Amino acid sequence: MVSLEASGVTVAFGGNRALDGVGITARQGHVTGLIGPNGAGKSTLFDVICGLRRPSSGRVLLDGHDVTRLGPARRARHGLARTFQRLELFGRLSVRDNLLVAAELGPERRRAAGAVTEILTRLGLTEMADSPADTLSTGAGRLVEVGRALAVRPRFLLLDEPAAGQDGAETERFAALLRSLADEGTAVLLVEHDMTLVMSVCDQVHVLDLGKIIAVGPPAEVRCDDAVLAAYLGDL
Amino acid sequence: MVLFVLAPAFGLFVERVVMRPVQGLGEAERLVMTIALLSGLIAAARWIWNPNVPRSLPTFFANSAPLHIGSATITWHQAITMMVAVAVAVSLRLLLHRTRAGAEMRATVDDRALAGLTGADPLRANRVAWILGIQLAAVGGILIAPELTLDATQLSLLIVSAYTAAIFGRLRSVPMTFAGAVVVGCMESYLTGYLPDNSLLTGLRLAAPALMLFVALLVFPHGRLHGRNIRLRPVPVPTIRGTAIFAVAIVVFGVVLGTVLSQSDLITYGAIFSLGIVALSFVPLAGYAGQVSLCQLSMAGIGAITWAHLGAHGQLWALAAAIAIPGAVGGLIALPALRLSGIYLALGTAAFAVILDDWIFTLPSFRILGVRISLFDQGSVQAVGPRLFGFQLRTGTELMVASAVALALASVSVAWLRRRRFGRQLIALRDSEAAYAMLGGNLLVARVMVFALAAGIAGLGGALYAMQQQSVTAQQFSFVTGLPLFLIAVVGGLAYVGDGLFTGTLLDGPLNAMVAIAPWSANLAAILPALAGIGLGRNPDGLTPAVRRDWEPVARHRIALAVSGVAVTLLWVLRLMHVINGWVLFGGALAVLLALRGYPALRPAATGEPEIPVEWWGLRRDWRPADEEVLARGIARG
Repeated sequence: MVSLEASGVTVAFGGNRALDGVGITARQGHVTGLIGPNGAGKSTLFDVICGLRRPSSGRVLLDGHDVTRLGPARRARHGLARTFQRLELFGRLSVRDNLLVAAELGPERRRAAGAVTEILTRLGLTEMADSPADTLSTGAGRLVEVGRALAVRPRFLLLDEPAAGQDGAETERFAALLRSLADEGTAVLLVEHDMTLVMSVCDQVHVLDLGKIIAVGPPAEVRCDDAVLAAYLGDL
Repeated sequence: MVLFVLAPAFGLFVERVVMRPVQGLGEAERLVMTIALLSGLIAAARWIWNPNVPRSLPTFFANSAPLHIGSATITWHQAITMMVAVAVAVSLRLLLHRTRAGAEMRATVDDRALAGLTGADPLRANRVAWILGIQLAAVGGILIAPELTLDATQLSLLIVSAYTAAIFGRLRSVPMTFAGAVVVGCMESYLTGYLPDNSLLTGLRLAAPALMLFVALLVFPHGRLHGRNIRLRPVPVPTIRGTAIFAVAIVVFGVVLGTVLSQSDLITYGAIFSLGIVALSFVPLAGYAGQVSLCQLSMAGIGAITWAHLGAHGQLWALAAAIAIPGAVGGLIALPALRLSGIYLALGTAAFAVILDDWIFTLPSFRILGVRISLFDQGSVQAVGPRLFGFQLRTGTELMVASAVALALASVSVAWLRRRRFGRQLIALRDSEAAYAMLGGNLLVARVMVFALAAGIAGLGGALYAMQQQSVTAQQFSFVTGLPLFLIAVVGGLAYVGDGLFTGTLLDGPLNAMVAIAPWSANLAAILPALAGIGLGRNPDGLTPAVRRDWEPVARHRIALAVSGVAVTLLWVLRLMHVINGWVLFGGALAVLLALRGYPALRPAATGEPEIPVEWWGLRRDWRPADEEVLARGIARG
């Protein structure tokens, strides 16, 4: 079943089209990858999907509901959560309070403290739970953003370069986390430059270049696609 | 001389001394600097030029015959003004778009760091911008002063009209700003000339520029949801024990002051606690939620009016109304304020305060839907103390203690708020609006609630202030009167619950005492809050945490604390028995407190492991697993 669908999304900055009729789908129980060179429009597409940027045309559907005209908060209540490429932590709050704010706004607000403790344990953040988020390293900060997104019990999870700043072992643990989230029924949409992670964890990969989708398919197919190779390496 | 020597020199001074120290800080800190300048310059001008002496500037070519163009008559002064305006607009356009300095200025506004990397000099751009800005303000002043009263406050409030024009151009476009200025000027003239002659509309003429600014801010868009782009100051979680001790200390301070001050002094210094409550309203609003409001004293005014009219016999329910009505008004302001942030929000709330000053507070009684509404009744209103359990608080002492109890309770409530869900949400909202919205948080509800809460607290402060003063006028709650309150609250540290007591004490204690001892220092007292605001650059966290840091070691020396408590109590009892006078009590208590503060330094606690510099970790002591995270965090902090 298709759970998240964006179709015909166009965003123009002046005369420059950052996104040009982009369509993408993410299914429940799957990890969907969105890759592309820097400046391809991945984060802009995320902003459109979660309502932070209004497209000049196109639609966004969550479980068949058209949410194109809804703001980010209303979309969040449809079960959408995201992390940011540039960290957007609540820096003056502790790690625990970052997650608590999210849990108190989500469906588990009555047992928020318990839910937060579970997530801290699951992500291995217990030791830094009382540190101010502003003092974290980039890798730890990204993990806190993931934890915060999980605290609202999302059905659609958009992750924008969550593994940036993590070492090999951490990335492996993160891949296992993504798989387990998908197995629990979450639709995960992943933007990531770490190709090892993308190729190992994704069920389906969309490739975006210069504002257009140039390839869609399982990782093994996309890896050998001529258009994708040209976008990353130039015409060979 | 003014245009080419004094104005540029003052521009350079402002850039170097006032603005550069806060360049790396947030928008709020830079805003505070300009507010401190505004407040300080008004006070300085009143000090140098007695405002009671009328002054006028001659117009240019006053004796020449006016020009006639069709049916319109234009004086030479007006013609020169128009020509200068056009010349300035054209020159500015050329400067900004055709010169290297202009490109540098525009690049610095867009991205200061990036501009620096591409060879531009952001410092030079700032300097040129300040020099030009002050020069143009001087030209404007010279041209407009002959047409208006030459008065510091009047001319300073021209900033409202000037900003309305600038908002038309979204603070970026010169042609749109010029067009905006023409529209604002015409609207003001039409309102003055053609508004119906009605007592309810008299003040509207004066308030028109502020009203237009308010509308302009709402009509012109200001960008989408944004994330965080600067490092914010921390907001500590107050401990339950610390908050309880602080609340008891406030009440004890109130009891001591209430029992030793004379009746006249109780009126002079009584506002320590009531203005402290008004200042405390900044903590959730600006400290937690990051919403800069310049109309909190106006909210206090609404609380004072509500109490004066509804609580004429001290009915306690009227005190609830004095909180609820300003709260409702605060909530209403928040609705349009959702579209505003940073400097725009400060301007919007300032415009609202000026509208209240010039129009609403000056209205005579009127009826809406059969209900008679009275405000300051074009003069002053009387207020009495509240009736508690059948006992009416009348004397200055009773009201002083009641105000201290109210400040203690309000401080405890704000500390409790910080520890609860709503407090966390306010901080989250400030730290990243985008992330907060993405979690399903409702920005509108949170902002309306915090504005209403802060206005309610300010309303309570206003009602208590009115009770203590017995009679209040609109002037006591004006925009300009509120500036020092805001500045001292910022200097105290907006994120700290202790800021209410700090601001009230500093504003109403030493400054009033200074004027009481040496009446000639009144002007100095007026300018001090502005100087303190300008000093913010040195201590952006505020003074409250510094005071707390100083006193924290004292808490570990219980015997010294007990001895000091007994000594101060003894002094207090001696004063009550009229054995010593107030000054001896004050001097003695101060000496005891200073000795207590210095005591821990004489008895240093045993130190643990000596501190080893980070570069020697792993060499002078073993490498620990936790060190890696400490280093990573240090690098992340930059």
